[in-house]
Amino acid sequence: MVNDATRSPQRYLTPFNVVAGLIVVMGLIITVMRFTLGLGAVTNLSDYYPWGLWIAFDLLVGVALAAGGYVTSAAVYIFGMKRYHAAVRPAILTGFLGYALVVLALHYDVGQPWRLPYPFLVSRGTTSLLFEVAACVALYLTVLFIEYSPAAMEWLGLKRARAIVTRLTIVLTILGVILSTLHQSSLGALFLIAPAKLHPLWYSNYIPIYFFVTSIIAGLSMVIFEGGLSHRYFKDKMDAEHLAAKADVMLGFGKAAAWVLAGYFVVKVIGIAADNNWHYLATGFGAWYLVELLGFVALPAFGYAIGVRDKNLSLIGWTAGWTVLGIVVNRLNISLIAFNWYLPSEDRYFPHWMEIGISLFIVTLGVLAFRFIVTRMPILYTHPDYDAH
Amino acid sequence: MSISRRTFLGWIGAAGVTSTIARKAQAASNKEFKGYPDASAVLHDITRCIGCRKCEAACNAVNELPQPDRPFDDLTVLENKRRTTAEAYTIVNRFQPEGDVQPTFVKIQCNHCLEPACASACFVKAFTKTPEGPVVYNAKVCVGCRYCMVACPFDIPAYEYDSAFDPKVRKCTLCQPRLAEGKLPGCVEACPTEALVFGRRSELLKVARGRIQAYPDRYVDHIYGEHEMGGTSWLYLSGPAFSEVGLREDLGTRAAGEFTAGALGAVPIVVGLWPVLLTGIYAITKRKDRIAAEEQQVAVTDAVTRTQADAQVKLKAALDKADQDKAAAIEREVKKALDAAEKAKEQE
Repeated sequence: MVNDATRSPQRYLTPFNVVAGLIVVMGLIITVMRFTLGLGAVTNLSDYYPWGLWIAFDLLVGVALAAGGYVTSAAVYIFGMKRYHAAVRPAILTGFLGYALVVLALHYDVGQPWRLPYPFLVSRGTTSLLFEVAACVALYLTVLFIEYSPAAMEWLGLKRARAIVTRLTIVLTILGVILSTLHQSSLGALFLIAPAKLHPLWYSNYIPIYFFVTSIIAGLSMVIFEGGLSHRYFKDKMDAEHLAAKADVMLGFGKAAAWVLAGYFVVKVIGIAADNNWHYLATGFGAWYLVELLGFVALPAFGYAIGVRDKNLSLIGWTAGWTVLGIVVNRLNISLIAFNWYLPSEDRYFPHWMEIGISLFIVTLGVLAFRFIVTRMPILYTHPDYDAH
Repeated sequence: MSISRRTFLGWIGAAGVTSTIARKAQAASNKEFKGYPDASAVLHDITRCIGCRKCEAACNAVNELPQPDRPFDDLTVLENKRRTTAEAYTIVNRFQPEGDVQPTFVKIQCNHCLEPACASACFVKAFTKTPEGPVVYNAKVCVGCRYCMVACPFDIPAYEYDSAFDPKVRKCTLCQPRLAEGKLPGCVEACPTEALVFGRRSELLKVARGRIQAYPDRYVDHIYGEHEMGGTSWLYLSGPAFSEVGLREDLGTRAAGEFTAGALGAVPIVVGLWPVLLTGIYAITKRKDRIAAEEQQVAVTDAVTRTQADAQVKLKAALDKADQDKAAAIEREVKKALDAAEKAKEQE
């Protein structure tokens, strides 16, 4: 399935490759600076804001947007929705790359990345929610790697190994859902310890549940969003099953997303009521909260619902993009914008351009790795020599 | 060391059981950790502080910190509100509460909580509350995730962002090494006005209460740190309201660990129940598929039989009709022939 046209030398200088190449070069230069001069040289992190863009975007947003893997595999293998089988491999691949990049980004953010195994090997801080997050992310990255591996094994012709791994599909799927439930919610629970620092509208005892529910929304939306991009750019790699499944997946996942968004809207309102935070809605932060709640939760819920009712695939596609943006807004709100909200503006945080540069670099690495894999391995088509599992 | 599977599972089981028992005991009883009984503490009487910054200088010397840009006797530094940094473990700030003629000076540093947020948040147990009072930090295990800084309600721990190879979290140690030698903390020793008093926490609480009782007009009737965030080893007395001199009054009295206990407690429940739930859903899905397939089979067989029966009935009807048609046609032909014969007769 290797397309000779894309491999010939003159085709390397596409606009995309040039831009991606420049970003990678920039990323490598900042990487050298980060590891020789320290965090202070490339970030605007401060003692008030120990967590900046790399935690807010690369970790919190990254993990949420990589939720498509567990959502799709659970739908197909556990709930038996076989119509969406074509969406499983792209979703697992996106999840695997997403988590791998999250772990890569953490190496930039923590002060002494060579000590990242310490929580497991040297000193286990089991009272910390971060310990739980670290353990689950490490395990889940392993699970995703195994779930993804049949595609690589088919490419490499490792028939026997593939036969063993595919027999584990159900067990791995169940393990994936357990681990995802735990760490997706625990990422929100990290903030439970700082009630005095997070704005009351965003601080809630329900925050672990909010993070878990939004991860489902993010997973569903990313499958639609990324499926749309794949259909545009990798259509030649798709077989009839994948091409035919597009509308089915968009309508099915769009309907699910509409319902989950509606449920999320309800529990968010319950959260405001439970803490009696109504009066904050009249403040500036309240207005911003309403933008998030109405603009990025209620609006996409309707967008999906109308798109599904009218079978309007382009509306569903745009809504998916908007919802993904809403996840970004939500995670940035909790970790940066509504965090230390009372501080005077001179003490507040805005990312250094080099922090944005590294985030961009890491996203670019993800896109390049995705392209490398889908142009070589059976992700968007079923390998003719193997039965689907 | 070789570990058999049985031994390993035994450990896991034991760990599970003990952790549940511990949780249960805490939830079911009214036991409360009120701090180590003989822990040392410091009482900071804000009304006595004159803002001389001698404590800052002493702290700098004791901890061998780099010299600041402006010397410690330069009091114009007090014009801006400052916080603790990786190079300054204690800071004196000046406040001008509304209606007061004189400014108020407040010294901040690590409050050495009885149940510290940093220790609860740390995923490598780098922070320890010692029975002697100080909350100490073990730089040897610190990964540098800085969750302690997110967790600290007093905004105290600071990070060495400019160190590429050995960055550490930095904060006041309550001069633990000096206490071990029988000396006073550097800041307490340097204070010229006894705005800082070192002693056992239980006794300092009595001293503080005594002062409030003796001079009710001078003090707010509250010892800051007695209950804040579960209690701290640094206690404060103030003239103006605490919130007007930079000490937050919205922290509540629950220790930081209590905010995350619920979420942590949910983890083993999810681990225990999710496999059952998910396997159950999988089983139900498979069963539904199987039943659907069986029902389909029955329906197909049924439909085939019914179609066959229908076809037979139809065939029979068609054959009957054909017979009738044939009879009618013969009759018709006979009648025609008879008519023709009759006509011929008439014509003759």
